Amino acid sequence: MSARITPRNAAVAGMLAILALVPVYCAATGSAFALSLFTRIVIFAIAAVALNLAMGFGGMVSFGHAAFLGLGGYVVGILAKEGVGSGFVQWPLALVVSGLFALGVGSLSLRTRGVYFIMITLAFAQMAYYVASGLDRYGGDDGLTIYHRSTFGGVIDLSNKTQFYYLCLALLVAFVYLVSRLVNSRFGLVIQGARSNERRMRAIGFPTFRYKLVCFVISGMLCGLAGVLLANHTDFISPAIMHWTRSGDLIVMAVLGGMGSVMGPAIGAVTLLLLEEWLSRVTEYWPMILGPLILLVVLFARGGIDGLLTRLSRG
Amino acid sequence: MAEPLLRTEGLSKQFGGIVASDDVALAVEAGELHAVIGPNGAGKTTLIGELAGDIEPDTGRVFFDGQDITAWRADRRSALGLARSFQVTSLFLDFTALDNVALAVQAGAGHSFRFWADARRDPALREPARAALAGVGLGARADLLVSAMSHGEHRLLELAMALATKPRLLLLDEPMAGLGPEESARVVKMLRGLKGSLAILLIEHDMEAVFALADRITVLFYGRVIASGAPDAIRADAEVRKAYLGSAATGGRDG
Repeated sequence: MSARITPRNAAVAGMLAILALVPVYCAATGSAFALSLFTRIVIFAIAAVALNLAMGFGGMVSFGHAAFLGLGGYVVGILAKEGVGSGFVQWPLALVVSGLFALGVGSLSLRTRGVYFIMITLAFAQMAYYVASGLDRYGGDDGLTIYHRSTFGGVIDLSNKTQFYYLCLALLVAFVYLVSRLVNSRFGLVIQGARSNERRMRAIGFPTFRYKLVCFVISGMLCGLAGVLLANHTDFISPAIMHWTRSGDLIVMAVLGGMGSVMGPAIGAVTLLLLEEWLSRVTEYWPMILGPLILLVVLFARGGIDGLLTRLSRG
Repeated sequence: MAEPLLRTEGLSKQFGGIVASDDVALAVEAGELHAVIGPNGAGKTTLIGELAGDIEPDTGRVFFDGQDITAWRADRRSALGLARSFQVTSLFLDFTALDNVALAVQAGAGHSFRFWADARRDPALREPARAALAGVGLGARADLLVSAMSHGEHRLLELAMALATKPRLLLLDEPMAGLGPEESARVVKMLRGLKGSLAILLIEHDMEAVFALADRITVLFYGRVIASGAPDAIRADAEVRKAYLGSAATGGRDG
């Protein structure tokens, strides 16, 4: 990644600067709402970046990534209810559970392609949704209130909204860096090659299946961690978090922001959720405005917002 | 008699009612350039697919270096030293030419579960890739996106990628299809230079090139081997002349 100052890089830097200053603004104006809104935005940005590792770089259009949000969230919720509040237990376990689920879903779905892959990932997510609805002990359909956020032995206090926000933002930046290293590594080129032309990859000697599976698992685990954050943010977890429309939202964020770059989906998440927030105040028919808007970006700005900015930067 | 590098036994394949391979027995010796010719629909590309592991034969077996590889998938065969080029160009269009060849080099450089270092700055991948590109005359085009390159350049890039995997047997499916005379001449020259250092199974419609290059020629007709032998013997074979060569033997290209 070059560090030249282009309109695109300036826009990304500006966005990160604004995100970093949100708590300052909230402290100055006493607006707790904005902090909560932006915490949510940053968490979804993490989930969208995670999804895009599989979708944008690996060519695996998963229509079931909300399941990982739910898995991460339910690990936190269930452990909290059973009296295990330590984040040192909850978070690693959430990663393991998301990873194992991704391993199972991936092992089956990656044997198919195209629309079948999409349908299988959707089916697994719906299964997770109905299983969660059936967990009577943990609230079933109504969901489960989380009375205590994850504790980290005094290292960081997640109940402090500002500290929690900065933790989420730091994780977003860390994951963007991690994924950008990943996609340019040998591993990253293999999964991108498999997206571009899988038959050719096999012909030159790559067993593509195992690389795609590992990519899917990493993507699922990162998304699972976003679920952990989301549960801590809302102090609540319910099957709704795994609804298929949520998986659709994540795809829209990635497509809107740009699947071709690591940062794109984060830009998409910020844009989509802010637009949603703003339009819903202007009119109750906001989806009628948002829908065509997204359509325009998809039709005319190939590579999403980030692709558009990058082209502007090239002049 | 020494075991040939590649040998097939009773290879048969049907697609619906069409017989693409009919009891094909073929042997390619180490270091030889073996051409397979035949009219369109003779089952040449199917044969390459069966050898490369993309197409599963209905019956019959494939041996490479004495091992039965009939059940092996394409990637495992490639790792053993069987490389193919595609008749219809098959490349990574959204990568640069250098990226394409570097991936082929990477395939032969151990596993790729390396998650951190920038692979585009890895001289162990980039330098052999640059050399392979220079070898086919594309050295100056290394950093171009493949989608922006010409058809002729794609054919040459195919060749560079196949060679970059350091194969022991190269399966070439019409490497000169759609090339201009100058590019064709370059490919012929390259193949001549490669002769002896590795075995090549060549499918090609350009008879002039085939008879100039091949050590041995096998003629396929409706999936069946009707003749196999030295170029002079094939040229003289009455059945071959009747089935296929005819006017094409004078050097024309069969569409």
